[in-house]
Amino acid sequence: MALKEQVLVDQDYKYGFRDETLNYAFKSRKGVDHDIVEQISQMKGEPQWMSDFRHRSLDIFFSKPMPAWADNELLGQIDFDDIYYYMRASDVEGRSWEDVPADIKRTFDRLGVPQAERAFLGGVTAQYDSEVVYHSIRKDLEAKGVLFSDMGVGLREHEDIVRQHFATVIPPADNKFSALNSAVWSGGSFIWVPPGVHVDIPLQAYFRINSESMGQFERTLIIAEPGSFVHYIEGCTAPTFSSNSLHSAVVELIAKEGAHIRYTTIQNWYKNVYNLVTKRALAEKNAHVEWVDGNIGSKLTMKYPSVYLMGEGARGDVLSIAYASEGQHQDAGSKMVHAAPNTTSLITSKSVSKGGGRTTYRGLVKVYEGCDGVKSNVRCDALLMDPESRSDTYPTMEVDAKNVRIEHEATVSKVGEEQLFYVMSRGLSEVEATTMIVNGFFEPFVKELPMEYAVELNRLIALEMEGSVG
Amino acid sequence: MPIPLLEIRDLHVAVGEKEIIRGIDLTIERGTVHALMGPNGSGKSTLSLALMGHPKYTVTIGDMLFEGRSILDMKTEERSLAGMFLCFQYPSAVPGVSVANFLRNTLMARHKGQAPLKPARFKQLLEESIAKLKMDPSVLGRYVNDGFSGGEKKRLEILQALVLQPTLSILDETDSGLDIDALRIIAQGIEAQRGPERAILLITHYQRVLNYVKPDVVHVMLHGRIVKQGGFELAQELEARGYDPLIKQLVEA
Repeated sequence: MALKEQVLVDQDYKYGFRDETLNYAFKSRKGVDHDIVEQISQMKGEPQWMSDFRHRSLDIFFSKPMPAWADNELLGQIDFDDIYYYMRASDVEGRSWEDVPADIKRTFDRLGVPQAERAFLGGVTAQYDSEVVYHSIRKDLEAKGVLFSDMGVGLREHEDIVRQHFATVIPPADNKFSALNSAVWSGGSFIWVPPGVHVDIPLQAYFRINSESMGQFERTLIIAEPGSFVHYIEGCTAPTFSSNSLHSAVVELIAKEGAHIRYTTIQNWYKNVYNLVTKRALAEKNAHVEWVDGNIGSKLTMKYPSVYLMGEGARGDVLSIAYASEGQHQDAGSKMVHAAPNTTSLITSKSVSKGGGRTTYRGLVKVYEGCDGVKSNVRCDALLMDPESRSDTYPTMEVDAKNVRIEHEATVSKVGEEQLFYVMSRGLSEVEATTMIVNGFFEPFVKELPMEYAVELNRLIALEMEGSVG
Repeated sequence: MPIPLLEIRDLHVAVGEKEIIRGIDLTIERGTVHALMGPNGSGKSTLSLALMGHPKYTVTIGDMLFEGRSILDMKTEERSLAGMFLCFQYPSAVPGVSVANFLRNTLMARHKGQAPLKPARFKQLLEESIAKLKMDPSVLGRYVNDGFSGGEKKRLEILQALVLQPTLSILDETDSGLDIDALRIIAQGIEAQRGPERAILLITHYQRVLNYVKPDVVHVMLHGRIVKQGGFELAQELEARGYDPLIKQLVEA
């Protein structure tokens, strides 16, 4: 989209509407304990092993302290007793657009979900608060044996596959928030790609929090069998609320021998959503996992998509951008764990801080003993828009092998007066010029996105610049 | 008398507390080419940046009128949209923004409220301009001035002028650091900006570019003032004898 059109768009947070009249089919009381967990599990009619898993996870959640290394000022504001852990907007999951209740349909119409699907998408899952309300998959993918459904449906219909892989990449005890998710999870996507199948159109999910003080805890599991390929895209939005909401997802990817998974996220939560997400992938021999991760919204994001390179020749890529304005802290990064020889990783992180916003890059590259021939490259670029904003970089390297090549490069730059003047001297206003410079900074990320998402992201940045450049 | 395209009246410009331009009068009529010459530090670049409204340069006394209207209260982008264009001596890089995208956006800024150029016509305009400057078409996909050589930057500045077609082109040492072949091409690009309704202010150290772009008036600037005006022969005289005799003459006076 042309810059001119972008900046002309209304500058309100586009997703800031809320359906006031929505009647929930079920809403838990606030707070979390074993009764709530039992209630969730029973409503879903789950097998006993999953119910046991939830209760075990809740005990782990209670016993684990908050991470000591994090932004404790913001984290400390979360009141776990003031959150709804489970809500269901509708009693039926719609398989076709017509089945979806009218008020929810209206919401997703405004987000452009059915339009996007009509345009090019292979499948769409739309999750409204806790439950998936709309799901579809193209017939040709179904015929190839690709499984793409809500996680709850996946558990019901493909219990064997789920049980074999669920929580094998991220155990509940991994961290406090993965434990919480394991106890109260609802929704999310389940994807299984048969051996050798190439899914040539992106599978897609929309997540939306529509209720105040809501917790959303989706659980996504993607299994790519040997030699297969899949690209999954998720978008996240929430309306404007006065009190905080919590989004705490767990995403597990398993790329078997020679498989390739690309996972793209555009996170645009409203600015009082806590976004505390655990994302991790296992890459077996010659497998390739890519995380393309964009963080624009939320109050505090803590997210470090990881790849455990378990088999020789495996490759992990993380390309992430973060944008933080006033009151926001994007604490993002990546972990690359090289547990096999001749594995490769590439981390590219780009962040923009503006109006007192804060970005943090936190990363780990670990190479185990005996893993010769490992190559890893980490590059972090931060752009500061004004003196009030802040950017920190915490790169950690733990290398216990010889014959490895590890590179790290970090830059911090400022939008310069000369650069702005140059662009403005060509007829662009300060807002337009700043937008152009920031979009240019994010370009390596944007060019990896499908067209619709690239347009959307450029537009979001234009709106952010519009909001505060004087 | 028609209204001059640019009229500078008793202009004083300061950077912080330091006055750099100390009273300049300069009138540029449509259809003319003016050369502004002078040694380093005489204030030539300051004048060009002050004309475009660089925030570091403050007009303390005097006025600048473009098409009869004072531009002192106009923002940089407004001056650009009004038809003024500066070929920068040191243009900035804009990483991540391709030349094609940059040109499209700057061109669209000129078509506020009007239908912008059709894509096919835009493409044609770019191709013609690139051919004129003997640039590699791959430049369109490169990021603006990012990793460009000195000569490539100069050509990109001229390319922008060819696309935007300003009424007044201010060229700040666009000829410096070029070999003879590049100079000839750049000069052709400058010549292409001539027109009965347009004008060119060519800021340069050396007379050699003036062999290709014949000026109607030559101004010599020293210590923030225009100290001498003449025709093309003044430039030739400076080339032959340097600035020293002129400086000496002024000191004695």
